[in-house]
Amino acid sequence: MNVNATFIGQVIVFVILLWFFWRFVVPPLAQANTDRQKKIAAGLAAAERGQKDLEEAKSRADAVVREARERANQILDQANRRSGEMIDSAKQTASAEGERLLASARAEAGNETARARDALRREVGALAVTGASRLLGREIDAKAHAQLLDELAEEIARG
Amino acid sequence: MASGHVAEHGTTPTDYIVHHLTHLKVGEGFWTWHIDTLLMSALLAILVGWVFRAAARRATSGVPGRFVGFIELVVEFVDGQVADIYHGDRRFMVALALSLFTWIIAMNTMDLLPIDLPGGVAALFGAEFWRVLPTADLNGTVAMAFVVLLLIVIAAIRAKGVGGYAHEWIAAPFGNHPLLWIPNAVLNLVELLSKPVSLAMRLFGNMYAGELLFMLIALLGFTVVGLTAGSSVAFLGQIVMGSAWAIFHILIVVLQAYIFMVLPIVYIAMAEEHH
Repeated sequence: MNVNATFIGQVIVFVILLWFFWRFVVPPLAQANTDRQKKIAAGLAAAERGQKDLEEAKSRADAVVREARERANQILDQANRRSGEMIDSAKQTASAEGERLLASARAEAGNETARARDALRREVGALAVTGASRLLGREIDAKAHAQLLDELAEEIARG
Repeated sequence: MASGHVAEHGTTPTDYIVHHLTHLKVGEGFWTWHIDTLLMSALLAILVGWVFRAAARRATSGVPGRFVGFIELVVEFVDGQVADIYHGDRRFMVALALSLFTWIIAMNTMDLLPIDLPGGVAALFGAEFWRVLPTADLNGTVAMAFVVLLLIVIAAIRAKGVGGYAHEWIAAPFGNHPLLWIPNAVLNLVELLSKPVSLAMRLFGNMYAGELLFMLIALLGFTVVGLTAGSSVAFLGQIVMGSAWAIFHILIVVLQAYIFMVLPIVYIAMAEEHH
């Protein structure tokens, strides 16, 4: 169990093993560890960013929806108002038309009445002439009494 | 298990123990080479290096597999230990701690092999002796401690410069006075040498004692002669005590490796501190 040349061999073996670990084992493992740390940090940052983006998008979507709702309400109001206006104007047009029709009917009726009165008068005139001629027993000379007859007819017509 | 080889190894318990404590060696005097220690430690170094290199090759920033994950667990544990002690660029320190830790665990674990198995296998190859445990060979532990000693000195010189380190040798801890130079230097020498000596002796002592205890437990098998009451007790005793000691020894295997990993880092960190 004394120290002898084996010691030299053991030193060489250990130095080689130490060099091997230093050169070929620890650096790749440390590198992988560092890379993983970076990756995890990046992943966490990305997740946080995604969360923030989502919140932003949500609030933006909310704003858009709110705006759309307002706009829809506006349009609805406008449409309601417009339909009211249209109904009102249609009503006005209809009543004006009705009045106009009524007036024209009235005028027509007036004309008709006047015409009927004219015809009546003329007939009454003729009847009066006929009656008078019968009363007189003789023929009234229409030509001779035309002036008179016309005046009579006119009077009847006026009265 | 021991009884099977008694006939080959010798007839007395003393022969058995001596046989198990003899190295397979070539050479004379100082130039004696322990073939078993050299070959076992080199093979285990290759095994450890190959396993860790395989993991390092496969390590990516993605999700590690079972094997790589386990190796990364070990590396992270060692890295955490080093980070607690050593403040600075610790890439080399992690390599030092990791190679010490894994290699010593691998070598210590050889103690858990059935005590006559390595010798039996070696006998098949014509080797008369085979001590399978490189850390129960003083050469193995002193070699590691010697490298640690060199690293301590190198670290101190790198941190303080040759002049600063030399000044510390003669000026600390008593003070810079010509009369105190020699006491300072003597104390520093003792302080410096006590570190690798204690490292080497602690590991060697633990493993040597553990190995010896396994041998003593195996000696119980010597009294087994047949189906007698005494033989049965001896046989049971060998099994129970052998199992109990092996289970407890797992703790020693890892604990001694851990100590031999942490203390060099402490020593190097101390060497870089300014007084």
